[in-house]
Formats: sequence, C-alpha cells, structure tokens
Amino acid sequence: MSSNNDKIILEYYIMKNDFKSAGEASSNVKKVLNQLGVDSKTVRRVAIATYEAEMNIVIHSNGGNIIVTISSDKIEIIAHDEGPGIKDIELAMQEGYSTASNQVRELGFGAGMGIPNMKKCSDVFSISSHENEKTLVSMTMYM
Amino acid sequence: MKEYFHSVVLDKHKCNGCTNCMRKCPTEAIRIRDKKAVITKDRCIDCGECIRVCPYHAKDVIVDDLSVLKNYKYNIAISPMSLYGQFSVDTDMNKVFSGIKALGFDCVFDEGLSADVLTIAIRNILKSNNLQKPVISSFCPAVLRIIQVRFPSLIDNIIEVESPMEVGARIVKTKAMKEYGLDFNDIGVFYLAQCPARVTSINRPIGIRSSYINGAMSIKSIYGDIVKNAKKVQKDEEYMRASPKGVGWGRAGGQSYAIGVENYLAVDGIEHVIKVLEEIELGKLSNIDYFEGLACIGGCVGGPLNVENPFIAKARIRNIARTSEKCDFLNNEFINEILAQGLINWTEKITPKGVMTLDDDIAKAIKKIEMLNQIRKELPGTDCGSCGAPSCNALAEDVVRDKAKIEDCIFILKEKIREKEKYGGKL
Ligand code: SF4
Ligand code: SF4
Repeated sequence: MSSNNDKIILEYYIMKNDFKSAGEASSNVKKVLNQLGVDSKTVRRVAIATYEAEMNIVIHSNGGNIIVTISSDKIEIIAHDEGPGIKDIELAMQEGYSTASNQVRELGFGAGMGIPNMKKCSDVFSISSHENEKTLVSMTMYM
Repeated sequence: MKEYFHSVVLDKHKCNGCTNCMRKCPTEAIRIRDKKAVITKDRCIDCGECIRVCPYHAKDVIVDDLSVLKNYKYNIAISPMSLYGQFSVDTDMNKVFSGIKALGFDCVFDEGLSADVLTIAIRNILKSNNLQKPVISSFCPAVLRIIQVRFPSLIDNIIEVESPMEVGARIVKTKAMKEYGLDFNDIGVFYLAQCPARVTSINRPIGIRSSYINGAMSIKSIYGDIVKNAKKVQKDEEYMRASPKGVGWGRAGGQSYAIGVENYLAVDGIEHVIKVLEEIELGKLSNIDYFEGLACIGGCVGGPLNVENPFIAKARIRNIARTSEKCDFLNNEFINEILAQGLINWTEKITPKGVMTLDDDIAKAIKKIEMLNQIRKELPGTDCGSCGAPSCNALAEDVVRDKAKIEDCIFILKEKIREKEKYGGKL
C-alpha cells in the first residue's frame, strides 16, 4: 500500500491457481473503503469487481496484479495479467460463458459471470486482450 | 456519538485483565486498559462471546429479578423455544410452564407460537419476485448488529419482520388488554432470555420504535426454581403450545425447515456467520433463497444464558420437531388477524453504524490510512496482545484514533529504552 497526498494506492500480486489466497485482495480493499467511510453500495460494487478480477487472474491467467487507486471522488481498479489472453472478448462478455476447466467448475468457480459482473459493477469499464497476449481490465467507480 | 445501550457488562472486581475476551470478540470491541477489560460500546453487538470465554465470570448480562413483577397488575412470561431443549424429552412441558407461572406470572406464552405465525408470514414474503437474494433472516439480533457494523451493504437483504419474541409479546399483550380490560401499562411482559442479544433488543430494538416487552430474566437464574415448582404442580393445566416446527426455530436450520425453503443456508457460530456474510457481500451466494445466520453454536440452544449443553439441547429439539403434532391455535383466521394488525413488520429503517470509519471527512480519512500504514510497518506483527489491543493492526488503528500510543507496544518500548541507554540516557 502506498499513498500520495490525496490518494491511496493498493497493489496486490496474484498468482496463478492460488485459491488459498484468492479473495484476500477484495477483503482488504473492502476494509480500507469502510475505514474511509465510503458508502456501502459503492463498497459492495468495488468489492465484487475486485473479487471477480482476482478470480479471473487465479483461474484463467499465468498470474498478474491488481492496482486499486482510491481518491476522494472515485475508485479505479486496474487488473493486469501475464496472458494467455482472451480469444473472443465479445463472447467472454456474455453472461454464462466460461472457459474454466471442469476441475475449477467443480470448486464452484468459473460460472462465466466474471467479466459481465465486473462491467455491471463499474461506471466506466474497458478490457483489452488478444489471444496469447496480456489482458488488461480497467474499471472506475464514482462515489 | 450516541451511546448504545448494552446488556453485556463487566464486573471490574472479578476481571483479571487476561486477554481471553479481547481475542474472542468478533468486532474487536474489547481492549485491556489498566489491567481491566473495557468494552467499546458502539462496536459491541451483544453476542455474548466474551461471557462464554471469561474464566473469571467477570462478564455478565443485566437482567431483572422477579421482584419487578409487583410493578404490574398482570404479568406475562414469554418462554423461548430453546427452553424445550433444557429438559429431557419426556418432560411434560405443561408442568414446566406451570413451574414458570408459579414464579409469579399470570400467564405463560410459548414463543414457538409466534414462530409459527412468522413461519407463515415469511413464507408469503419469500414468494415475492423482487427480493435481494439471499434474503437474510432477521431472527438473531447479534447478526443484525454485525451487519450494521461490518456489512452495511447487506442491510437491504434483511427480511423486515420482527422476531418471534417481539411478535409474541405483541400478540399476548394485545390479547390480555382485550380480555381483561387492562391498560397497556398495567401489563408486564417478561422474556426468559437465553442470550444478551435479545435482552438488548428489548431496550434498543432494531426495526421498530419500541418493544412491547418490559424486561427479561435469564434462564440460568430461574431454572432451579422452575424445576422445583414443576415438581410440585398439583392440577394439570393445558397451555397453548407451539407446533413442533415452531419449537424447532430454536436450533440452526429450524427456521428454514419450518418455512419450507429448500434452497437455504443455515450457519451458526458468529465467526462462521461473519465468513459467510463476507461471501454474500461479494455477490457469491445470490443463488441462495434464504440465509439463516445465528450467532450461537447450534442456534438459540447455544445461547450463553441457557443451562443445558447446546448439542444435547439441539438433539432434543430436533426430536420434538420431527413429531407431527398440529397446532390448533394456528388457524388462518387468527393469522390473518395478526397480519392485519401490523404486529409483525418493521416500521423503522435500520441504518449502518459507521464505527469502522476513521474520519467523517474522506480526505482526512485518507491521511489517516497513510498514518495507519506507517505505524503498521513499525509494529512487529506478532499480535501478542500485551499492548491491550487484539492485534498489531488494531493497535495501529487505536493510535490513529488517538486511543493508544505506539509505545504501548512492548517491542517498541524496549527498542526505545535500548536507544536511550545507548546515548547514555537513564530511565
Ligand atoms: S458481547 Fe460480543 S461484541 Fe460485545 S464485547 Fe462481548 S464479545 Fe465483543
Ligand atoms: S443465536 Fe439465538 S441465542 Fe444466540 S445470540 Fe442469536 S438470538 Fe441469541
């Protein structure tokens, strides 16, 4: 965690297949937002979006990081991973679509709600990715 | 800030300043100051965890003694569902109720009866399509308070109905007024409490303006007398009794079983409840219809003011709930009347308690978080508790809130002493 003047920057490194620590980043972000007195609806949106981003990195990628920047009027989340990228973003944006393996689905994850959920929670949402490339998701929530 | 009323209190003379309660408190409400435990009032949810773990019995619950009955013309006892679990299965509950009556009450009301009414009311509410899922049960007041303190975003998921305790009081008080021509204030209604959370709800109810209940006695304090009286009962009196499913509300999962929701989640024990609320807040359980969270292990049978071991009590209640007796009190006409009287629904919005917030001004709060991080880095991270806070993080927060000094940490203090000595200073 670091901060400069009127911003707080939270950074989390997330490892591939690390289900043990999955959810820690979103819990921590939630705690900080509650300490800041951010209204509960915004806290929930940010928590859900961060959680989905975390899970996406754990399940689908080779690892990555999430950077959450909190200022007094907005929260920005940037999730970055090391590939392998998304083949068809349009398809991934559809509710219920998932490429998660059976093993992962048996754990109860990967129901294909990740990206649509993130979008639903954000005021501004963008994603860029190609097959065999890094994926970058950027989300902004206004307070 | 407004002071919150609590039923959980500390007897300073008995408190030894050990750290048992401080470590166990789910809201980090307890600190040790000057070798005594201190409860931060606005954080306490009256779950009673601290009562359970205190080896010196220094934590207690404020309840009434029976002498208050003389202040009323007519006294009603509300007997909780968990009371069924405090006696062996073959005990005649009519005798138990007579034993309660002999304590000085004019009438005994079985809380399971109002649970039966709520079963139907909740079943109807759950039929509606526009509910935030999972719908969270409003039954356990300690869980409602933890939502206010730690999960304010889930307030909208809570079903806005009163507890069986309150609904029962409303039914029976209204009935007594009508039948005996008594004034509201002539009638005393007392709850035989299994937990501090309910006692607090009498004085500081959630979702309604004021309670129909006038006070509470703890089951522990009257149990012996009930047993004695029950043995002496001469004439057999028949009491109106709850259906087996109504009685079953007193154990974890009993509500959902009675209501008949199939897709439910029942969780008992406050730590487990907190973990699941975290998941609900992340939107992970929106496929569940009904969430029943109970602060005590096993449900209300695990309330700290009960006498019997919660597992044994739970098994007894389960045995009762399996039987298929019908409750004749529960005809549709009666239930419709209760619903029409509006005795069930909440009238007040429940609000978040911003006790976790570091500062009302977000810019200042951001600065404080920065400070918090600095302090956290300096602290050893051993969570030893010697500073009087439950963890290094909690101490860091206390320092930022001006409630403690960083030197309260013995590791930091030691370092400072060493440094002083190095430069020739003496203590
Ligand atoms: S009753 Fe519960 S919340 Fe209150 S101080 Fe005790 S353990 Fe903490
Ligand atoms: S589970 Fe029941 S006994 Fe325990 S605190 Fe909640 S209402 Fe009270």
